[in-house]
Amino acid sequence: MSMRFVDEYRTGDVAQRLATQIAELVEPGRQYKIMEVCGGHTHSIYQHGVEDLLPDEIELVHGPGCPVCVIPMGRQDDAIAIAQRPEVIFTTFGDMMRVPASNGSLLDAKSRGADVRMVYSPLDALKLARDNPDRHVVFFAIGFETTTPSTAVTLLRARAEGITNFSLFVNHVTIIPAIRAILDSPDLRLDGFIGPGHVATVIGTRPFRFIARDFQRPVVVSGFEPVDVLQGVYQVMTQLRDERCEVENQYSRVVRDEGNPAALRAIGQTMELRTTFEWRGLGFISHSALKLRPEFADWDAEVLFDVPGVRVADPKACQCGEVLKGVIKPWECKVFGTACTPEHPIGTCMVSSEGACAAYYNYGRHAGRRRREEAPTPA
Amino acid sequence: MCLGIPGQIVEMVDEHHHIAKAEVSGVRRAVNIGLLAEGPDAVGVGDWVLIHVGFAMSKIDEEEARSTREFLISLGAPYEEELDELEKSRIE
Repeated sequence: MSMRFVDEYRTGDVAQRLATQIAELVEPGRQYKIMEVCGGHTHSIYQHGVEDLLPDEIELVHGPGCPVCVIPMGRQDDAIAIAQRPEVIFTTFGDMMRVPASNGSLLDAKSRGADVRMVYSPLDALKLARDNPDRHVVFFAIGFETTTPSTAVTLLRARAEGITNFSLFVNHVTIIPAIRAILDSPDLRLDGFIGPGHVATVIGTRPFRFIARDFQRPVVVSGFEPVDVLQGVYQVMTQLRDERCEVENQYSRVVRDEGNPAALRAIGQTMELRTTFEWRGLGFISHSALKLRPEFADWDAEVLFDVPGVRVADPKACQCGEVLKGVIKPWECKVFGTACTPEHPIGTCMVSSEGACAAYYNYGRHAGRRRREEAPTPA
Repeated sequence: MCLGIPGQIVEMVDEHHHIAKAEVSGVRRAVNIGLLAEGPDAVGVGDWVLIHVGFAMSKIDEEEARSTREFLISLGAPYEEELDELEKSRIE
C-alpha cells in the first residue's frame, strides 16, 4: 500500500475503504485490465500511487488520451515548415514546443530564427493577429474535444471581426474512433474503461454507449482526483461482477449526459471529419480527426500554405505506439529513461506531463522497478 | 493545456463577445464564457466554472471548485505551469 497516498492525500480514508471494496469484487483466479483513456487520469494515477492501492489482479492500462502524444511526426514537420515562413508568427500551446520532429522541435526552429510563440489560448493568438496586421498568425490547433470548441469559437470570432491575417493548422482528434480502434485490435483484451471526464463535459456520455452495446464492456466516465479514479474502478468491477455493460457517469457533478450543446454546435458549424488521420503509433484511423469546413478555407493554414504533408515513420527505437495502445508499460520500452527522458525526449509520450512515459518517469519509476524485481525470473 | 482549472467569474467585460474576468488562484484574467450562455448552465458574476485554454467549459459549485483546486495544487508543476501561462494571457 502506498504511504504516499495516505500521508499526502486528504481523502486517504475514503481511498482505503474503496480499495478494500474493490478487492472484495475480484473473482478468484481472474485477471482484470481496465483502460483509463485520458492522460489526466494517467498523471493522477502515478502521482498519487493509485495502482499501489489496487489488488494485483487489477491492472490499469494507459490509453491514447494524450493529444500531444498522438500527433504524428509528419504533422509536426508540417507545423515547423509553416513556422519557418518569414511572414508567419506561429503560435502553440507550450506542450507542443518540445515535441521532436524529423529535424528538431518547434523550440529548435525558434532558435534558428522562426517566430514561434507560446500562447495560453487560441484567443491570445487571435489578439496577436489583431496587434500585428502586417504579419500572418497561425495557431497550431491540437487536442481532443476539450480544446476543439475553443478553436471553433475563436475561428467564428475571427470571421465575425473580419480578421484575415489569422489561420489555423487544425490537428484536432476525436476520442471515440481511437477507442474503437483499440477494441478492434487483437493485441489487447480489456475488461472495461475509465472514461475521460473532461472530454465528456463536451461530448456527453452517450457517444461511449457503443463500447457497452457493441463490445460488451463497462464504461465509467470519471473525475480526476484519486478517489474519483478508484470510484470509477469500483463501478467497473461492480458491473463486471453483475455481468452488466453500461455507461455510468461517476463525474456527474461536472459532466451532463448531453455534454455541452453550445460547444458541439460551434464544432459542427466550423469543422468536419477527415476521411482518415494518422495517429502516432496507432497508424491511420478513419474519421478520427477534424478539419475546417470548406467555407472557412480563408482561415485554413493547410489551404493557405503549401505543407509537405509527408508521412514520417517514428524513430525505430521508439515504442510510443505500443505504449499508447497499452500493449507495453512505459518502462518496458527499450529507450525508456536511458536514451529517452523528459529532458531529451525521443518519443511524444515522454514530452507532455500527461504522457504515460513522462508520468511514469516522474512518479512511477520506483513502482515500475519494484514490479520488475518482483516478477518471476525465467528458470 | 488539458487541465480544467476552476475559476470564479468576478466581472463581465464584453457581453457581446462573451468575455468575462475570472479569478483563478488569485490571478484575474479574461476568459470566454460563451459556451455557458444558455439553459440551466448559464453563468454570471459569482459563478464557478472549469476553464480550458481560456474558455469556461462547465459550471461547477464552490465545493467542487475548492476540491479541484486542492487536487491541482497537489499535482505541482503542471498546475503552476498552467497558472504561469494564464498569467501571460491577454484575451480581449
